[in-house]
Amino acid sequence: MTRDALARSRDFDRRGAAWYMDRAVTLFVFVGGISAILFIVGIFAFIAREGFGFVFTEFDAGEFFGSIAWRPTSMIERTYGALALIVGTASITGLAMVVSIPFSLAAAVFIGEFARGRTRETLKVLVELLAAIPSVVWGFIGLSIMNPLIIDTFGVPIGLNVLNAGVILGLMAAPIMTTIAEDALKAVPDGYREAAEALGATRWQVIRKVVIPAARNGLVAAVLLGVGRGFGETMVVLMASGHAINLPDSVFDSVRALTATIAAELGETAVGSEHYQALFTLGILLFAVTFAINLTADVIVRGIRRKGR
Amino acid sequence: MTTAPMELFAGTPRNARDHRVEWLVRTLLGMMTALLIVPVVIVLALLVVRGGSAISWEFLTTPPVDGMTAGGILPALVGTVWLVAVALVASVPVGVAAAVYLSEYAPDNWLTRSINLAIINLAGVPSIVHALFGVGAFVLFFRFGTSILAASLTLAVMTLPVVIVSTRESLQAVPRAFREACWNMGATRWQTIRRIVLPNAVSGILTGIILEVSRTSGETAPIMFTGAAFFLPFLPQGVLDQTMAMSLHLFVIATQVPDAPDALPFGVALVLISMVLAMNALSIGFRIYVRGRKKW
Amino acid sequence: MVAGIAPNGAEASADAPPKVVVQNLTIRYGSHVALHGLDLSVRRNEILGIIGPAGSGKTSFLRALNRMDEFIPEMEVEGRITFDGRDIRRVRNVYALRSRIGVVFPLPVGLPLTVYENVALAPRLRGVRKGSELDEIVERCLRRAALWEEVKDRLDSLGSLLSGGQQQRLTIARALSQEPDLLLLDEFSIAVDPVTTMRIEDVLKELKHEMSIVLVTNLVQQARRLADRTAFFLTGEHVETSDTARIFSGIVKDPRTHDYIEGRFG
Repeated sequence: MTRDALARSRDFDRRGAAWYMDRAVTLFVFVGGISAILFIVGIFAFIAREGFGFVFTEFDAGEFFGSIAWRPTSMIERTYGALALIVGTASITGLAMVVSIPFSLAAAVFIGEFARGRTRETLKVLVELLAAIPSVVWGFIGLSIMNPLIIDTFGVPIGLNVLNAGVILGLMAAPIMTTIAEDALKAVPDGYREAAEALGATRWQVIRKVVIPAARNGLVAAVLLGVGRGFGETMVVLMASGHAINLPDSVFDSVRALTATIAAELGETAVGSEHYQALFTLGILLFAVTFAINLTADVIVRGIRRKGR
Repeated sequence: MTTAPMELFAGTPRNARDHRVEWLVRTLLGMMTALLIVPVVIVLALLVVRGGSAISWEFLTTPPVDGMTAGGILPALVGTVWLVAVALVASVPVGVAAAVYLSEYAPDNWLTRSINLAIINLAGVPSIVHALFGVGAFVLFFRFGTSILAASLTLAVMTLPVVIVSTRESLQAVPRAFREACWNMGATRWQTIRRIVLPNAVSGILTGIILEVSRTSGETAPIMFTGAAFFLPFLPQGVLDQTMAMSLHLFVIATQVPDAPDALPFGVALVLISMVLAMNALSIGFRIYVRGRKKW
Repeated sequence: MVAGIAPNGAEASADAPPKVVVQNLTIRYGSHVALHGLDLSVRRNEILGIIGPAGSGKTSFLRALNRMDEFIPEMEVEGRITFDGRDIRRVRNVYALRSRIGVVFPLPVGLPLTVYENVALAPRLRGVRKGSELDEIVERCLRRAALWEEVKDRLDSLGSLLSGGQQQRLTIARALSQEPDLLLLDEFSIAVDPVTTMRIEDVLKELKHEMSIVLVTNLVQQARRLADRTAFFLTGEHVETSDTARIFSGIVKDPRTHDYIEGRFG
């Protein structure tokens, strides 16, 4: 024996450099982990800090949610009716979902259940690349390509409207929804498929009666996250919706969205002014709604996981 | 919905009608998938056709002139590099640390669930809300002013989930048996992470970082009020300077400069999307390459 | 204490204080009790064989010795284990404790490092930096694990890509590279061919001059060939421990031991 056992057992009490290093790293990565919580709390705290001045003074829930008069810079009477902005956001997001839900679910089923081998890999890479296109480029496409296209096709005077922003937003949200939906389908154990196929069911029968019901929660979560994504998108609705305060009668009307209002007006307000605080109040609303959407999606997904166990 | 497969398919042998339906559904779904992809490919082709003529060496290496109706995009390109670089310096260490915590240390408790929920929300909060946060926190509270630092930190917070999620995934791909073998030899957790886990996850982490570069360079709303300027004829000298950026430059040219020649905004869009997609393709290619290399 | 430590080459001695003393050890996984009220000691320079059918708590016992409950969720350990007279729950540096205990589990784990680095890892962790010293340790450990001849020309290939039997011997080499004074082997021969098993068994007989060895085995004859004493576990109960020669000549305290050795169950 080269080393005396007694001497070595003294090491049991000695915490060397490795021990302290391990402790330090543990603390460091713990702080890193906690930081995500700190940031999300920080986001709320800082927008609330700037916006609460308005919420507790000028804010009138009846006007905010019931009036379409968003006149923060009026000389005569400033009003902060956000109804038109809410409706604008809702109409664009709604149309975007009409466009993207069927297509992205179809694409998810096709890629996840029908496509095989190289086709499947290629489609997955393409979808991933589509998801990477920056929103400002999508907005530019709405402005410079969709706009004239809509004017020519439908003979309307202006092509920057609900239709334009909705379709663009739909195309933009679709790849993300496709990816999440495909993940949900993939989470269905192969045993389910094999059992049904062994009974002589065709692939489509298996998908319709076994896979989709089993993946339902994940698919709902995918749709929800798509809604959240559309709801919070800024550059597309700023550039392609026409940015007019208006309750739309048809998809050819221009509208204005909550996000776009902040983006367009924040640069022109004085820090701490009523208008500035009102814009942060819109931010609080956006934060609250997306937080609720994400929370719901998370609860739904967690639901399937628990059932799966 | 919960009926057993037995009952669902009993007495439904594969017949000609089933096969026709199968073929029909398959074709329909395939066409819908194509409809999702093809228009975008056409649009991208249009960008190339209409913007290609604007692009030249001079376009990339000179600043805009004549009220941004002519000249190049150099300050915007350089500015985007600054913004991305500073954002990476801030977010990669924090993101990797968070991922290491979640993958290697975090017990299954309420705190870990809260962290995961916070990550989902960081990714889901609208970019304009991140912009408001950036203004409230970095520009005003920490007094960085509208600067590269403030804009990059805003971007860093926003894209933190990208780093965390991809790093965590690649850490978790390293089998647990390796860790236990190491711990059993008397290695500390950190020694195990440093010698076994991280070296085998580093390519996955790199993939995530490239993805973050791609995401960061395309973002517009978060930098609008925190550090990006409409027009600056000179290049930034430090992190407390303002800067132009490719994404905002596209927005400005497309919406605020009506007399710009048609090819100019298309050229800017083409350069921006090429940068973003090239980064993304690099990340995907790297991922496929890494997956093909078997280490266990 | 010092006088009690067996000098190099000494046979197992009942007089010297034991290497490990286990008192009233109970191990649970959630509500499942894997091992109940175990009292047992491991002497210096002996091979202690542990036999018993699957699910009798043999592996759990090894895990507790190395304080693996710290990273196995649900695993709870009660009772007292001393190592060189020290309560292992109370050592301030658990890593120092683990570094003196080598473990080999039935599923071989070649770390995704080169063959060389697999064996050099433990020496590096305890601060060996000199290349020549590392070379020497790597070669000695690989030779002892009967792997050197097969891998000496590809020390730079990945340990995790060796065959199952080679990975098992690599795992043994890695355990030896810790220079342990307690070696825990859990059914090491599962992934190894019979010839190699014999070679490793010969090595173990030599190794016991330098360390204590606990050999969990599902092969009763392996215990008979190697162990100085043999313990019989059955569904979490420690039935008995006795000199191997006695047990195998039919002198048992509990008839179940005899039945098991004779292959009547398990």
